[in-house]
Amino acid sequence: MNKHGKQILAPDRLQTMLDALSSRGYEILGPTVRDGAILYDRIASVANLPVGCTERQEKGTYRLAKRSDDALFSYVMGANSWKRFLHVPERRLMRAEKEGNRFTMAPDNEPAPMYAFFGMRSCEIHALDLMDRVLLKGPYVDQGYKARREGIFIVAVNCAQPGGTCFCVSMNTGPKALQGFDICLTELMGGQHRLLVEAGSDRGEEILSELPAEPATQADLDAADRLMRDASGHMGRKLDAEGLKDALYAASNHSHWEEIAQRCLCCGNCTLVCPTCFCTTVVDKTDITGEKAERWRRWDSCFSQEFSCIHGGSVRLSAMSRYRQWLTHKLASWNDQFGDPGCVGCGRCITWCPVGIDLTEEVQALRVADQSQKGGSA
Amino acid sequence: MASNKALTQPAAVRDPMEPHPFVIERFYRETTDTFSLHLESADPLFTLNFKPGQFNMVYVFGVGEVPISISSDPGNPKVLIHTTREVGVVTRAMHKLKVGQMVGLRGPYGTSWPIDEAKLHDVVLVAGGIGLAPLRPCLYHILAHREQYGRVVLLYGTRSPEDIIFVKELGKWRSLFDLDVLITVDRATEDWRGVVGVVTRLIPRAPFDPGETVAMVCGPEIMMRFSVQELIQRGVPIDNIYVSLERNMKCGVGHCGHCQLRGEFVCKDGPVYRYSKIEPLFNEREL
Amino acid sequence: MTDLEPIIAENPFFRDFSKEHIAEFVGCAKNVAFQNGEHIFREGGPASFFYIVRHGSVALDVFIPGKGPVTILTIEPGEPIGWSWLIPPHKWHFDARCIGTVRALALDGNCLKAKCENDPEFGYRLMSRITQIMEGRLTATIIQMLDIYGKQ
Repeated sequence: MNKHGKQILAPDRLQTMLDALSSRGYEILGPTVRDGAILYDRIASVANLPVGCTERQEKGTYRLAKRSDDALFSYVMGANSWKRFLHVPERRLMRAEKEGNRFTMAPDNEPAPMYAFFGMRSCEIHALDLMDRVLLKGPYVDQGYKARREGIFIVAVNCAQPGGTCFCVSMNTGPKALQGFDICLTELMGGQHRLLVEAGSDRGEEILSELPAEPATQADLDAADRLMRDASGHMGRKLDAEGLKDALYAASNHSHWEEIAQRCLCCGNCTLVCPTCFCTTVVDKTDITGEKAERWRRWDSCFSQEFSCIHGGSVRLSAMSRYRQWLTHKLASWNDQFGDPGCVGCGRCITWCPVGIDLTEEVQALRVADQSQKGGSA
Repeated sequence: MASNKALTQPAAVRDPMEPHPFVIERFYRETTDTFSLHLESADPLFTLNFKPGQFNMVYVFGVGEVPISISSDPGNPKVLIHTTREVGVVTRAMHKLKVGQMVGLRGPYGTSWPIDEAKLHDVVLVAGGIGLAPLRPCLYHILAHREQYGRVVLLYGTRSPEDIIFVKELGKWRSLFDLDVLITVDRATEDWRGVVGVVTRLIPRAPFDPGETVAMVCGPEIMMRFSVQELIQRGVPIDNIYVSLERNMKCGVGHCGHCQLRGEFVCKDGPVYRYSKIEPLFNEREL
Repeated sequence: MTDLEPIIAENPFFRDFSKEHIAEFVGCAKNVAFQNGEHIFREGGPASFFYIVRHGSVALDVFIPGKGPVTILTIEPGEPIGWSWLIPPHKWHFDARCIGTVRALALDGNCLKAKCENDPEFGYRLMSRITQIMEGRLTATIIQMLDIYGKQ
């Protein structure tokens, strides 16, 4: 695979990579500044990247900040995850049309765009793999997701500067991208500003061969290694994942859930920003004549009461039970369902929670034996 | 011709969310608020084969889709029967449909009743209310293969005599010598000559050998909870007891997330469960 | 006269009683039979007997003005009817109406009470058995009350 080995690309030549992707028909999505935040969106040139930008993330807080240099990737990731491009927020499932007594149904098979994800972080590559397990690897395949997912070209960026709410090291999902990419970039800032580039696939290799890059020196490789070691040691958050599934199942009646429910607004922000939350609902519409109907699938959130409604009412009436469902699903039952936790440690749910609920803190509290639980399990 | 085209063109991969067209051949009112739809595929080349206990997602044009168990004979999949109660927007719209009109069907989904495991055993079916519908295919199967099973007992409870579904068939089943049917209602007026009391009260005196019995229970969750307790009390091995769960479902294929019960996707890991497998989840609140 | 001992001994209600205690019951028991539709007792009537159904079934009815009698429970073979004989003011709360021919054991309440007073162990065993029946009925009533099949 690594025919060309690791290469060094000058930052001002990065455009050649974007051009090589565009010329192959890829629609390039990458980080860009919009609405006071870094978001993933269409980008055409390096100028669209958040050049010289960084961000401060804390629980319930997100602020963009200027750097004194022209760093290209000195922030963590987009506030919106890549999920929106593959498991789209809204998708028409089918159209139906009345014909007398009967009606016809036609699935909506719009052609899938060919995406290049530029600037994907290691945690996000792991999130993609988790989403694949839900929508591709089970007995039923989501054809819309499959069509969008299949051709994507991934340019990964190693995280040199973890954010305040990051904990990928705890979840074993970063900060260095080890697989699942076509090309991986490491931005080296010390001394001369340069990009260490490596291919992870034949497609990546092909693009790399067209770039005006030079072989990397041992000093470059050492610098990159140091950077990754450093980043690993500077996670904003920590989550004790050891034996977490059993601990959470055992804590099912812990009084701390009620305490969280006092703060939780059940707004569903965390489920929207989470790169692995996959729940959807279906909405039906008809036109004014009632002759034409459509079925749409939309993202849904387990924080709403209707989410679990059966004819007798909602199964999860209390906010406590809904928060418990979300957190327990993410960090425990996901293991039973798909073999790993459904959390990659990106920290978005912490940053974007309007009341600053921090799942790493909550897990810690839930691991402490419940004092108020009378006669319960130890 | 449409059918020719279907034969000559390579079958495209079907999205699991795409329904098959079905035509209503018969509409039958069971009680004041429950009804049965008899459905046949609009495409004569398509047959929806199913196992007892499985369900379909039933689509009503422009209104929506709901999961409904299949209540007909698995040996005759050309006619699918769905029996349901008018409780929500979709079932209310469904209730207004006429013979000759269409619905969309996706399925069959979910796990089925343990008809193979139950062979050589006594079989006890405990049904509450509309919970008889998902058990009926099981009974059809057992009656068609009667020699493979021991004693077979149907225990059925409803709110009142007027709420009994499949009345004609229950009469037929009651007259069979190799099937015991015990029916009870929660309350009745003087003209009801049957048993009054909750369905769990039938369990202690029903004719079956508890140690050699496979029990299948379907009805409201609370009725299942009490029935299971009574079956265990009677001596039915806990591993031989099966229940069918109800959860919100939007897709039926494990993608929408609505039906989760801890690690279970009730739509694909259920709805029929061995009780011992889900016992800890069954008794936990708001899970 | 019929020997009631084997009849009592094989009835599930008396399953856990000793031979001696069975003999005590025999001393208070008699066989009774009723026709279809006949009332064994009526609401408000004196509860001097305690019945155990041997054959047929008995509907316990409550009379609702404007609606007539509503059956809330049927008593099937092997099951006892009523504990009002035990609890003051010793009056029945329901009508007990026979569905088909009913044969039952009737146990004299005063006779039983006297034996309980004289033999506290017998009394304790009988009370335990009745409590068990009451608990079962109470649970069943709770489920009935929840109206689990009804529309929400």
